[in-house]
Amino acid sequence: MTVSLSGKEVARKIEEKFPGSVVESSHDSLVVRSDSLPDVARFLKDTEGLDFDFLNFITAVDYYDHFEVVYLLNSLEHNHSLTIKTRCYDRENPIMPSVVGLWQGADFQEREIYDLFGIKFEGHPNMKRIFLWEGFAGHPLRKDFK
Amino acid sequence: MEIKSAGKYIYSDIELDRQEGQVIEGLKADSQEPIPDPDQWLDEELEQNILLTTVDALINWGRRSSLWPAICFPACCAFELIAANGPRFDLARFGMEIMRASPRQADLMITAGTLTWKMAPNVRRIYHQMAEPKWVIAMGACAISGGIFASASYAVVPGYNRIIPVDVYVPGCPPRPEALIYGIQMLQKKIARRKNIDVRKLLER
Repeated sequence: MTVSLSGKEVARKIEEKFPGSVVESSHDSLVVRSDSLPDVARFLKDTEGLDFDFLNFITAVDYYDHFEVVYLLNSLEHNHSLTIKTRCYDRENPIMPSVVGLWQGADFQEREIYDLFGIKFEGHPNMKRIFLWEGFAGHPLRKDFK
Repeated sequence: MEIKSAGKYIYSDIELDRQEGQVIEGLKADSQEPIPDPDQWLDEELEQNILLTTVDALINWGRRSSLWPAICFPACCAFELIAANGPRFDLARFGMEIMRASPRQADLMITAGTLTWKMAPNVRRIYHQMAEPKWVIAMGACAISGGIFASASYAVVPGYNRIIPVDVYVPGCPPRPEALIYGIQMLQKKIARRKNIDVRKLLER
Protein backbone atom coordinates (compact mmCIF):
# COMPACT_ATOMS: atom_id res chain seq x y z
CA MET A 1 0.00 0.00 0.00
CA THR A 2 1.09 3.54 -0.66
CA VAL A 3 2.63 5.12 2.43
CA SER A 4 1.59 8.70 3.07
CA LEU A 5 4.72 10.59 4.19
CA SER A 6 4.48 12.89 7.18
CA GLY A 7 4.35 16.51 6.11
CA LYS A 8 6.41 17.51 9.16
CA GLU A 9 9.33 15.22 8.27
CA VAL A 10 9.45 16.31 4.65
CA ALA A 11 9.08 19.94 5.75
CA ARG A 12 12.24 19.55 7.84
CA LYS A 13 14.18 18.34 4.78
CA ILE A 14 12.84 21.22 2.68
CA GLU A 15 13.65 23.77 5.40
CA GLU A 16 17.27 22.58 5.46
CA LYS A 17 17.60 23.24 1.74
CA PHE A 18 15.31 26.27 1.31
CA PRO A 19 14.92 28.11 4.66
CA GLY A 20 11.64 29.98 5.07
CA SER A 21 9.83 28.25 2.21
CA VAL A 22 7.44 26.17 4.35
CA VAL A 23 4.54 28.12 5.83
CA GLU A 24 3.10 25.34 7.94
CA SER A 25 3.13 21.54 8.10
CA SER A 26 1.04 18.83 9.67
CA HIS A 27 1.08 15.05 9.76
CA ASP A 28 -0.59 14.71 6.35
CA SER A 29 0.35 17.80 4.35
CA LEU A 30 2.53 20.86 4.15
CA VAL A 31 2.01 24.39 2.85
CA VAL A 32 4.78 26.13 0.94
CA ARG A 33 5.16 29.72 -0.20
CA SER A 34 4.03 30.05 -3.79
CA ASP A 35 7.24 31.82 -4.91
CA SER A 36 9.38 28.93 -3.68
CA LEU A 37 7.11 26.23 -5.17
CA PRO A 38 9.22 25.58 -8.32
CA ASP A 39 12.38 25.02 -6.23
CA VAL A 40 10.57 22.85 -3.70
CA ALA A 41 8.85 20.81 -6.41
CA ARG A 42 12.14 20.17 -8.20
CA PHE A 43 13.73 19.23 -4.87
CA LEU A 44 10.91 16.75 -4.13
CA LYS A 45 11.18 15.23 -7.59
CA ASP A 46 14.96 14.89 -7.82
CA THR A 47 16.09 14.18 -4.25
CA GLU A 48 17.32 10.68 -3.53
CA GLY A 49 14.91 8.97 -1.14
CA LEU A 50 11.93 11.18 -2.04
CA ASP A 51 11.78 10.74 -5.86
CA PHE A 52 8.28 12.10 -6.40
CA ASP A 53 8.23 11.23 -10.08
CA PHE A 54 4.44 11.12 -10.50
CA LEU A 55 1.93 13.93 -10.06
CA ASN A 56 -1.34 12.33 -9.02
CA PHE A 57 -3.51 15.42 -9.36
CA ILE A 58 -3.73 19.16 -8.88
CA THR A 59 -6.83 20.81 -7.57
CA ALA A 60 -7.77 24.11 -6.00
CA VAL A 61 -9.99 25.33 -3.16
CA ASP A 62 -11.61 28.73 -2.69
CA TYR A 63 -11.46 29.88 0.95
CA TYR A 64 -12.91 33.35 0.17
CA ASP A 65 -9.85 35.25 1.42
CA HIS A 66 -7.39 33.07 -0.48
CA PHE A 67 -7.10 30.24 -2.98
CA GLU A 68 -5.30 27.06 -2.08
CA VAL A 69 -3.79 24.88 -4.82
CA VAL A 70 -3.30 21.27 -3.75
CA TYR A 71 -0.79 18.86 -5.29
CA LEU A 72 -0.76 15.13 -4.54
CA LEU A 73 2.65 13.70 -5.40
CA ASN A 74 3.49 10.02 -5.69
CA SER A 75 6.73 8.12 -5.97
CA LEU A 76 6.34 5.03 -8.10
CA GLU A 77 9.75 3.80 -6.95
CA HIS A 78 9.22 4.03 -3.17
CA ASN A 79 5.42 3.80 -3.30
CA HIS A 80 4.87 6.79 -1.03
CA SER A 81 2.84 9.96 -1.43
CA LEU A 82 2.79 13.54 -0.18
CA THR A 83 0.27 16.37 -0.28
CA ILE A 84 1.64 19.87 -0.71
CA LYS A 85 -0.35 23.07 -0.87
CA THR A 86 0.28 26.65 -1.86
CA ARG A 87 -1.78 29.73 -1.21
CA CYS A 88 -2.62 32.73 -3.31
CA TYR A 89 -4.12 35.81 -1.66
CA ASP A 90 -4.69 37.91 -4.78
CA ARG A 91 -8.30 37.52 -5.86
CA GLU A 92 -8.31 39.94 -8.77
CA ASN A 93 -5.33 38.52 -10.65
CA PRO A 94 -4.14 35.30 -8.96
CA ILE A 95 -0.89 33.95 -10.36
CA MET A 96 0.84 30.68 -9.48
CA PRO A 97 4.01 29.08 -10.80
CA SER A 98 3.39 26.19 -13.20
CA VAL A 99 4.82 22.70 -12.67
CA VAL A 100 4.32 21.51 -16.27
CA GLY A 101 8.09 21.53 -16.75
CA LEU A 102 8.43 18.92 -14.00
CA TRP A 103 5.32 16.81 -14.49
CA GLN A 104 3.68 16.76 -17.93
CA GLY A 105 0.42 15.57 -16.40
CA ALA A 106 -0.08 19.02 -14.90
CA ASP A 107 -0.85 20.47 -18.35
CA PHE A 108 -4.62 19.93 -18.61
CA GLN A 109 -5.24 20.16 -14.88
CA GLU A 110 -3.67 23.60 -14.60
CA ARG A 111 -5.80 24.69 -17.54
CA GLU A 112 -8.88 23.31 -15.76
CA ILE A 113 -8.02 25.27 -12.61
CA TYR A 114 -7.55 28.40 -14.71
CA ASP A 115 -10.90 27.73 -16.36
CA LEU A 116 -12.88 27.20 -13.16
CA PHE A 117 -11.01 29.36 -10.62
CA GLY A 118 -9.23 31.92 -12.77
CA ILE A 119 -5.80 31.16 -11.31
CA LYS A 120 -3.15 31.83 -13.96
CA PHE A 121 -0.18 29.48 -14.01
CA GLU A 122 3.00 31.28 -14.97
CA GLY A 123 5.24 29.25 -17.26
CA HIS A 124 2.43 27.12 -18.69
CA PRO A 125 2.92 26.88 -22.48
CA ASN A 126 -0.82 27.02 -23.34
CA MET A 127 -2.67 28.91 -20.61
CA LYS A 128 -6.26 29.10 -21.86
CA ARG A 129 -9.69 27.71 -21.02
CA ILE A 130 -10.22 23.97 -21.42
CA PHE A 131 -13.93 23.20 -20.69
CA LEU A 132 -15.76 26.47 -21.13
CA TRP A 133 -15.64 28.57 -24.25
CA GLU A 134 -13.64 31.71 -24.84
CA GLY A 135 -15.75 34.64 -23.79
CA PHE A 136 -17.48 32.92 -20.87
CA ALA A 137 -17.96 35.44 -18.10
CA GLY A 138 -16.37 34.53 -14.76
CA HIS A 139 -14.97 31.38 -13.23
CA PRO A 140 -17.73 29.06 -12.00
CA LEU A 141 -16.04 27.26 -9.10
CA ARG A 142 -15.32 30.51 -7.29
CA LYS A 143 -17.55 30.83 -4.25
CA ASP A 144 -18.79 34.26 -5.33
CA PHE A 145 -19.73 33.13 -8.87
CA LYS A 146 -23.30 33.98 -9.70
CA MET B 1 0.08 -61.88 -30.74
CA GLU B 2 -2.54 -62.55 -33.33
CA ILE B 3 -3.52 -59.60 -35.51
CA LYS B 4 -7.25 -59.46 -36.20
CA SER B 5 -8.25 -58.92 -39.81
CA ALA B 6 -10.15 -55.75 -40.60
CA GLY B 7 -13.85 -56.28 -39.99
CA LYS B 8 -16.53 -55.76 -42.61
CA TYR B 9 -17.64 -52.53 -40.96
CA ILE B 10 -14.58 -50.67 -42.17
CA TYR B 11 -15.16 -51.25 -45.87
CA SER B 12 -18.64 -50.42 -47.15
CA ASP B 13 -20.71 -53.39 -48.08
CA ILE B 14 -21.53 -53.81 -51.76
CA GLU B 15 -25.19 -54.04 -50.66
CA LEU B 16 -24.96 -50.53 -49.15
CA ASP B 17 -23.42 -49.25 -52.37
CA ARG B 18 -26.30 -50.71 -54.37
CA GLN B 19 -28.86 -49.04 -52.06
CA GLU B 20 -27.11 -45.69 -52.48
CA GLY B 21 -27.12 -46.18 -56.25
CA GLN B 22 -30.86 -46.83 -56.20
CA VAL B 23 -31.51 -43.63 -54.21
CA ILE B 24 -29.48 -41.53 -56.64
CA GLU B 25 -31.13 -43.11 -59.70
CA GLY B 26 -34.58 -42.57 -58.19
CA LEU B 27 -33.88 -38.86 -57.41
CA LYS B 28 -32.47 -38.34 -60.90
CA ALA B 29 -35.54 -39.92 -62.51
CA ASP B 30 -37.87 -37.64 -60.48
CA SER B 31 -35.90 -34.45 -61.20
CA GLN B 32 -36.03 -34.12 -64.96
CA GLU B 33 -38.09 -30.89 -64.88
CA PRO B 34 -37.23 -27.69 -62.88
CA ILE B 35 -39.49 -26.97 -59.90
CA PRO B 36 -41.83 -24.00 -60.66
CA ASP B 37 -41.46 -20.69 -58.77
CA PRO B 38 -43.48 -21.02 -55.52
CA ASP B 39 -44.67 -17.42 -55.89
CA GLN B 40 -46.06 -18.02 -59.38
CA TRP B 41 -49.65 -17.83 -58.12
CA LEU B 42 -49.06 -14.12 -57.28
CA ASP B 43 -49.15 -13.19 -60.97
CA GLU B 44 -52.61 -14.63 -61.44
CA GLU B 45 -53.93 -13.01 -58.26
CA LEU B 46 -52.47 -9.62 -59.12
CA GLU B 47 -54.03 -9.71 -62.56
CA GLN B 48 -57.42 -9.93 -60.89
CA ASN B 49 -56.81 -7.14 -58.34
CA ILE B 50 -55.95 -3.47 -58.30
CA LEU B 51 -54.70 -1.90 -55.05
CA LEU B 52 -55.62 1.73 -54.53
CA THR B 53 -53.96 4.05 -52.04
CA THR B 54 -52.97 7.70 -51.77
CA VAL B 55 -49.49 8.94 -52.52
CA ASP B 56 -49.39 10.43 -49.02
CA ALA B 57 -50.18 7.11 -47.39
CA LEU B 58 -47.55 5.32 -49.45
CA ILE B 59 -44.83 7.90 -48.78
CA ASN B 60 -45.65 8.09 -45.08
CA TRP B 61 -45.71 4.31 -44.81
CA GLY B 62 -42.24 4.14 -46.30
CA ARG B 63 -40.86 6.93 -44.14
CA ARG B 64 -42.24 5.77 -40.82
CA SER B 65 -41.26 2.15 -41.38
CA SER B 66 -37.57 2.88 -41.86
CA LEU B 67 -36.60 5.48 -39.29
CA TRP B 68 -32.82 5.49 -39.15
CA PRO B 69 -31.41 7.29 -36.12
CA ALA B 70 -28.22 9.33 -36.30
CA ILE B 71 -25.54 8.50 -33.75
CA CYS B 72 -25.61 11.56 -31.50
CA PHE B 73 -25.76 10.54 -27.84
CA PRO B 74 -24.06 13.12 -25.63
CA ALA B 75 -24.63 11.49 -22.20
CA CYS B 76 -26.01 8.73 -20.04
CA CYS B 77 -29.45 8.24 -21.67
CA ALA B 78 -27.44 6.63 -24.47
CA PHE B 79 -27.21 3.45 -22.41
CA GLU B 80 -30.97 3.06 -22.29
CA LEU B 81 -30.96 3.57 -26.02
CA ILE B 82 -28.26 0.93 -26.41
CA ALA B 83 -30.38 -1.40 -24.27
CA ALA B 84 -33.40 -0.65 -26.46
CA ASN B 85 -31.26 -1.61 -29.43
CA GLY B 86 -30.12 -4.87 -27.87
CA PRO B 87 -31.78 -8.27 -28.13
CA ARG B 88 -33.97 -7.86 -25.04
CA PHE B 89 -36.02 -4.89 -26.24
CA ASP B 90 -35.07 -5.13 -29.89
CA LEU B 91 -35.88 -1.92 -31.73
CA ALA B 92 -35.34 -3.83 -34.98
CA ARG B 93 -38.87 -5.20 -34.72
CA PHE B 94 -40.16 -1.75 -35.73
CA GLY B 95 -37.77 -1.05 -38.58
CA MET B 96 -35.73 1.52 -36.70
CA GLU B 97 -32.64 -0.36 -35.81
CA ILE B 98 -29.98 0.90 -38.18
CA MET B 99 -27.87 3.49 -36.38
CA ARG B 100 -26.19 5.64 -38.96
CA ALA B 101 -22.69 6.91 -38.28
CA SER B 102 -23.23 9.50 -41.01
CA PRO B 103 -26.04 12.00 -40.34
CA ARG B 104 -26.57 12.27 -44.10
CA GLN B 105 -28.10 8.80 -44.10
CA ALA B 106 -30.26 9.37 -41.03
CA ASP B 107 -33.74 10.83 -40.63
CA LEU B 108 -34.20 10.62 -36.87
CA MET B 109 -32.20 12.25 -34.11
CA ILE B 110 -32.64 10.72 -30.66
CA THR B 111 -31.15 13.29 -28.30
CA ALA B 112 -30.08 10.94 -25.53
CA GLY B 113 -28.43 13.05 -22.89
CA THR B 114 -27.43 16.33 -21.30
CA LEU B 115 -26.28 18.94 -23.77
CA THR B 116 -23.69 21.52 -22.78
CA TRP B 117 -23.39 24.84 -24.54
CA LYS B 118 -19.93 23.84 -25.69
CA MET B 119 -21.35 20.76 -27.42
CA ALA B 120 -24.44 22.56 -28.77
CA PRO B 121 -22.93 23.87 -32.05
CA ASN B 122 -21.82 20.34 -32.96
CA VAL B 123 -25.25 18.81 -32.29
CA ARG B 124 -26.83 21.56 -34.32
CA ARG B 125 -24.40 20.87 -37.15
CA ILE B 126 -25.31 17.16 -37.08
CA TYR B 127 -28.98 18.17 -37.28
CA HIS B 128 -28.32 20.42 -40.26
CA GLN B 129 -26.35 17.66 -41.99
CA MET B 130 -29.33 15.30 -41.85
CA ALA B 131 -31.32 15.19 -45.06
CA GLU B 132 -34.99 16.27 -45.14
CA PRO B 133 -37.41 14.95 -44.01
CA LYS B 134 -36.04 14.63 -40.48
CA TRP B 135 -37.45 14.27 -36.99
CA VAL B 136 -36.16 14.73 -33.45
CA ILE B 137 -37.06 12.85 -30.28
CA ALA B 138 -36.03 14.56 -27.03
CA MET B 139 -35.14 11.63 -24.78
CA GLY B 140 -34.99 12.14 -21.02
CA ALA B 141 -35.34 15.05 -18.62
CA CYS B 142 -32.12 16.76 -19.72
CA ALA B 143 -33.17 16.76 -23.36
CA ILE B 144 -36.61 18.14 -22.50
CA SER B 145 -35.69 20.91 -20.08
CA GLY B 146 -32.11 20.54 -18.90
CA GLY B 147 -33.28 18.18 -16.14
CA ILE B 148 -31.51 18.53 -12.80
CA PHE B 149 -29.17 21.07 -14.38
CA ALA B 150 -31.98 23.26 -15.65
CA SER B 151 -31.91 26.07 -13.10
CA ALA B 152 -28.44 25.79 -11.57
CA SER B 153 -25.95 25.09 -14.29
CA TYR B 154 -24.08 27.72 -16.25
CA ALA B 155 -23.02 25.23 -18.92
CA VAL B 156 -26.12 23.17 -19.82
CA VAL B 157 -28.61 23.91 -22.58
CA PRO B 158 -32.10 24.01 -20.97
CA GLY B 159 -33.77 21.72 -23.46
CA TYR B 160 -32.90 20.73 -27.01
CA ASN B 161 -35.79 22.75 -28.33
CA ARG B 162 -33.63 25.85 -27.80
CA ILE B 163 -31.46 24.82 -30.71
CA ILE B 164 -33.43 22.34 -32.86
CA PRO B 165 -37.16 21.65 -33.37
CA VAL B 166 -38.36 18.66 -31.33
CA ASP B 167 -41.21 16.37 -32.46
CA VAL B 168 -41.68 13.99 -29.51
CA TYR B 169 -40.72 14.34 -25.85
CA VAL B 170 -39.96 11.15 -23.86
CA PRO B 171 -39.78 11.90 -20.11
CA GLY B 172 -37.70 9.93 -17.60
CA CYS B 173 -34.29 10.08 -16.00
CA PRO B 174 -33.43 8.03 -17.93
CA PRO B 175 -36.56 6.73 -19.73
CA ARG B 176 -36.82 2.96 -19.85
CA PRO B 177 -36.35 1.32 -23.26
CA GLU B 178 -40.09 0.66 -23.40
CA ALA B 179 -40.74 4.38 -23.02
CA LEU B 180 -38.34 5.17 -25.83
CA ILE B 181 -39.94 2.58 -28.10
CA TYR B 182 -43.36 4.04 -27.26
CA GLY B 183 -42.00 7.47 -28.12
CA ILE B 184 -40.78 6.26 -31.50
CA GLN B 185 -44.18 4.67 -32.14
CA MET B 186 -45.83 8.01 -31.33
CA LEU B 187 -43.52 9.61 -33.85
CA GLN B 188 -44.55 6.99 -36.39
CA LYS B 189 -48.19 7.91 -35.82
CA LYS B 190 -47.28 11.55 -36.28
CA ILE B 191 -45.54 10.78 -39.57
CA ALA B 192 -48.56 8.77 -40.74
CA ARG B 193 -50.73 11.92 -40.50
CA ARG B 194 -48.27 14.05 -42.43
CA LYS B 195 -49.43 15.73 -45.64
CA ASN B 196 -46.75 15.58 -48.31
CA ILE B 197 -48.78 16.84 -51.24
CA ASP B 198 -50.88 19.98 -51.09
CA VAL B 199 -53.95 19.11 -53.17
CA ARG B 200 -55.21 22.68 -53.29
CA LYS B 201 -51.96 23.90 -54.82
CA LEU B 202 -52.13 21.11 -57.40
CA LEU B 203 -55.69 22.11 -58.36
CA GLU B 204 -54.71 25.76 -58.73
CA ARG B 205 -52.22 24.90 -61.49
